Amino acid sequence: MEALFRNVRELVERAEKEEKLISEIMIEQEMLMTDRSREDIMIQMDRNLTVMEEAVEKGLKGVHSVSGLTGGDAVLLQKYRDTGNALSGDLLLDAVSKAVATNEVNAAMGTICATPTAGSAGVVPGTLFAVQNKLNPTREQMIRYLFTAGAFGFVVANNASISGAAGGCQAEVGSAAGMASAAIIEMAGGTPQQCSEAFAITMKNMLGLVCDPVAGLVEVPCVKRNAMGAANAVVAADMALAGVTSRIPCDEVIGAMFEIGQSMPSALRETAKGGLAATPTGKWLESKIFGGAVVGSGQ
Amino acid sequence: MKFKSVFDIIGPVMIGPSSSHTAGAARIGRVARDLFGRQPDWAKVHLYGSFAETYKGHSTDVAIIGGLLDYDTFDERIKTSFEEAKNAGMTFEFIPETGHVDHPNTARIVIGDKDSEMSMMGISIGGGKIEITELNGFPLRLSGNHPAILVVHEDRSGCIANVANCLYKYDINIGHMEVSRKERGHMALMVIEVDQNVDKEVMEDLRKLPNITQVTRIAD
Repeated sequence: MEALFRNVRELVERAEKEEKLISEIMIEQEMLMTDRSREDIMIQMDRNLTVMEEAVEKGLKGVHSVSGLTGGDAVLLQKYRDTGNALSGDLLLDAVSKAVATNEVNAAMGTICATPTAGSAGVVPGTLFAVQNKLNPTREQMIRYLFTAGAFGFVVANNASISGAAGGCQAEVGSAAGMASAAIIEMAGGTPQQCSEAFAITMKNMLGLVCDPVAGLVEVPCVKRNAMGAANAVVAADMALAGVTSRIPCDEVIGAMFEIGQSMPSALRETAKGGLAATPTGKWLESKIFGGAVVGSGQ
Repeated sequence: MKFKSVFDIIGPVMIGPSSSHTAGAARIGRVARDLFGRQPDWAKVHLYGSFAETYKGHSTDVAIIGGLLDYDTFDERIKTSFEEAKNAGMTFEFIPETGHVDHPNTARIVIGDKDSEMSMMGISIGGGKIEITELNGFPLRLSGNHPAILVVHEDRSGCIANVANCLYKYDINIGHMEVSRKERGHMALMVIEVDQNVDKEVMEDLRKLPNITQVTRIAD
């Protein structure tokens, strides 16, 4: 089966030529590749959206992981946001807290929708439910947000990688942030080309991000990286909407991410042998969670 | 293209915390159960690479047992699968291995009951996607994303043509097919990924073909 698009250039060209949204091209490609009806596909994405809503709601009430490494930060962030004194602005902090909420639910073995992975599941819904308050989208536009995000993730997954073990955290949270940024553009009424610029700007700023989970668990630093992925996505979307472009084309940025992932030492690709996982406190936390000899000093 | 569906990117809906270590693990367990054809009485699960190092924290063990109990990635019962397995009379054991494997997230599941035993190797390749790389010593490549048929047969000429003809008769299109054998003239295996689910009638017809030992179906 020949795909409608294989890279971002083809995706944007097609959307421009046919005067369609990126989300529409993704829906059409899904129908073509999987031989399913539009209705079927829309229903499944609607269900994924509901899972995301429920996860955010649950996380904002407060959850804690079994290991005790994460939990409760989404509540802190929302309380702080309610004071009205947040320096980074209401929408940004809302996106950050909802991204954290989702990932805390994930770490606590709650139900989430992997976007594109479980460890990076907070960024897309976090930004979606924050911009929702500003842009008042219809339910269909919210579902389309996920298809637009999916279209960009699809390109990354097929041309580079969305796995931390293969490409570091730039491939997971980096991709998620780029996907979210492109989706914000479409919802805000930007052009397909601006979606591509936003993705490129976001991804450029996530390049080189290592995957160094403490004790090998998808908790530290993953939850906070989702927060920053969400922030990065919102800011890059604003930049693209302001007319800022990426000097390096989107597909080349994705290519660079893949190259960087390939040359990253394995200690920094989800093995928990380097980076934050290898700090004295990281090692101490690992031994506290899994038992065994205490390596490193810790607290 | 490795990823064909947008739902590989936005999805799966799953119990956390890790698409590779939890959702992928549940899928590996579930495919093992599908291949075995029923719930096993016992399971020995060998874990390699990152699976071996972090399985407790990621609930990889709980997820694999959930899969063996036929739970999907989003089934809340995954969290209590150890108790559910005990209630169902299934015993299990996890063995973290230090040996080298090609993929960092690899599990070998050996399951059985009084009638038979089966060994399967699965890898979790990211985002909840998996591949089955070995079945009872046969190397194979099976994504678990499409309906598939596994045919164990005697290594004789015409076997593959007969199976293909039978599928053609029912208008079933083959998406991917692999054939392997342990030794010329002995036991061989066909792995056939198809575009739609295969119903009982087709399975019965396949079983009646000459030199076919066993036919198993994996639903999507």
